[in-house]
Amino acid sequence: MNRAKEKHAVGSDRYEIRLSGSGGQGLILAGVILAQAIGTIDGKNVVQSQSYGPEARGGASRADVVVSGDEIYYPKTMKLDLLLALTQEACDTYFRDMKETGTLIVDSNMVTQPPTQIYHGFPFIQLAKEEIGIAMVANVVSLGTICELTGIVSKKALIEVVKMRAPRGTEEKNMKALELGFKIAKEAKK
Amino acid sequence: MEKQVKLLQGNEACVEGAVMAGVRFFGGYPITPSTEIAEGMARRLPLLGGRFMQMEDEIASMASIIGASCAGAKSMTATSGPGFSLMQENLGYAYITETPCVIVNVQRGGPSTGLPTKVSQADTMQAGFGTHGDYRAIALAPSGVEEILYQTIEAVNLSEMYRTPVVLLLDEVTAHMREKVMIPSPEDVDVKQRRKPTVPPDWYKHFEISPTGVSPMAAFGDGYRFNITGLTHDQVGFPTAVSSEIVAMLDKLRDKIVKNAEDICDYELTEMDDDPKVAIVSYGIVARAAKQAVMMARDQRLKVGAVRPKTIWPLAVNRLRKLLKPVRKLIVAELNQGQLINMIKHHVDRRHTEIIPLQRYDGELITPAQILNKIKEVKHHGTQV
Repeated sequence: MNRAKEKHAVGSDRYEIRLSGSGGQGLILAGVILAQAIGTIDGKNVVQSQSYGPEARGGASRADVVVSGDEIYYPKTMKLDLLLALTQEACDTYFRDMKETGTLIVDSNMVTQPPTQIYHGFPFIQLAKEEIGIAMVANVVSLGTICELTGIVSKKALIEVVKMRAPRGTEEKNMKALELGFKIAKEAKK
Repeated sequence: MEKQVKLLQGNEACVEGAVMAGVRFFGGYPITPSTEIAEGMARRLPLLGGRFMQMEDEIASMASIIGASCAGAKSMTATSGPGFSLMQENLGYAYITETPCVIVNVQRGGPSTGLPTKVSQADTMQAGFGTHGDYRAIALAPSGVEEILYQTIEAVNLSEMYRTPVVLLLDEVTAHMREKVMIPSPEDVDVKQRRKPTVPPDWYKHFEISPTGVSPMAAFGDGYRFNITGLTHDQVGFPTAVSSEIVAMLDKLRDKIVKNAEDICDYELTEMDDDPKVAIVSYGIVARAAKQAVMMARDQRLKVGAVRPKTIWPLAVNRLRKLLKPVRKLIVAELNQGQLINMIKHHVDRRHTEIIPLQRYDGELITPAQILNKIKEVKHHGTQV
């Protein structure tokens, strides 16, 4: 009660993330990994949610993560600080949910018509295929990029959780995918 | 022991809570959005010497947990609206036979199969009055993942303490969202057990009128003979048509809940310290939006507070009246066409407090912005604040 009084400001450090694309791209898992890293290792408060039902299978798929140093009251996203879009459809659908100052990260091969000039584009799926050997790890590549670009999650936490969550036998590929994500974002920042 | 921090889904937290509270039998039939509870129990119970049974339907599910409880096990089932409807007849049997058990209802849109993947609070009344006849229900309503863990434990405890079925009312959003949970170490968890008889077997009455209002309960196989029936019965458990015995039995079902309502029910208060004249009452997931809206309103120097019953059946009426005394305009926000609002209207003095509905039933959550708009609208019309 007291803490709420002092603070009053509505989640001044509230940060809202949406990972979007199409069903099967592993975005829900990416959302869970991100939330687990931020929540259980970095120690912030976090809520992860997703859309259920037919729309979650094929078509636009999404996972939302709300992060705050303080108690999170409303668990769903209101205005996104960060949108990751791996398909044009997802980008078109969710761009309007973003804050004006929000960060947009897209797969530059898939999103050929970005709705704004201010965005970060990386060919996640192509890179995953070419450099790691499987397109499936594009989600992990994009997590690495998000980490490097926004700092919303610590590298240490992300590495630990990806290791923990990776299916047996794929740990190495997933770690490589994560490192790749860190690398391409670092280069883009230069 | 250091506490373990995990990222859990609401349904997973329910499983953790159930296991910690000592639930060792789960009989159920999977249904969205509750299925993860059945899955989790199927994974956990066999490792703990418990039993998981997938039944043929929800009627049998409810019957199975009553049977398991009579045999001495703490038992639970989980379902959603359509299944909860099927359970109602046997739920009545659990009330009249005073058999402890926990029914988790993860609410989705209704009636009938309704909106399987969408959020709703339209089973609010059903949780209190779903089955026929006179009885009083206990229904708990957590609003976050960590609270689901603790309220599941509480639900099991209350069912054991009061020898009654307890409903845990979740909803699609709290059940499926993931939040950080501090898993308590077992020694920090207060686990209650039903009272066992201490009298010689010959003296045992399964439904004895006792000073606490709750009879000790022997299990099948303990060596005590007793009869249980869905018919109105005397203290031994045999059917009766004697008016004094009928009244005694029905009063017992009512009183053990009503007389303990102030103990059973608790409230979470947000910014109620400075006696705001405008307040919001809501439960479960909606209370999270209400809390956010109150903080947003306070940022704009609007004096508003929020009250969240953690238990919606029974409400602690005396405390509620006291809490709402300074309130002149009370917004009741819920995900249905008006169910909680009727309970509030019943208990609040409407000569002093105007009650204003805020309802949404399109399968989406009420947003903080919607509540904030309502607050501003309400403050505009009269009431200098």
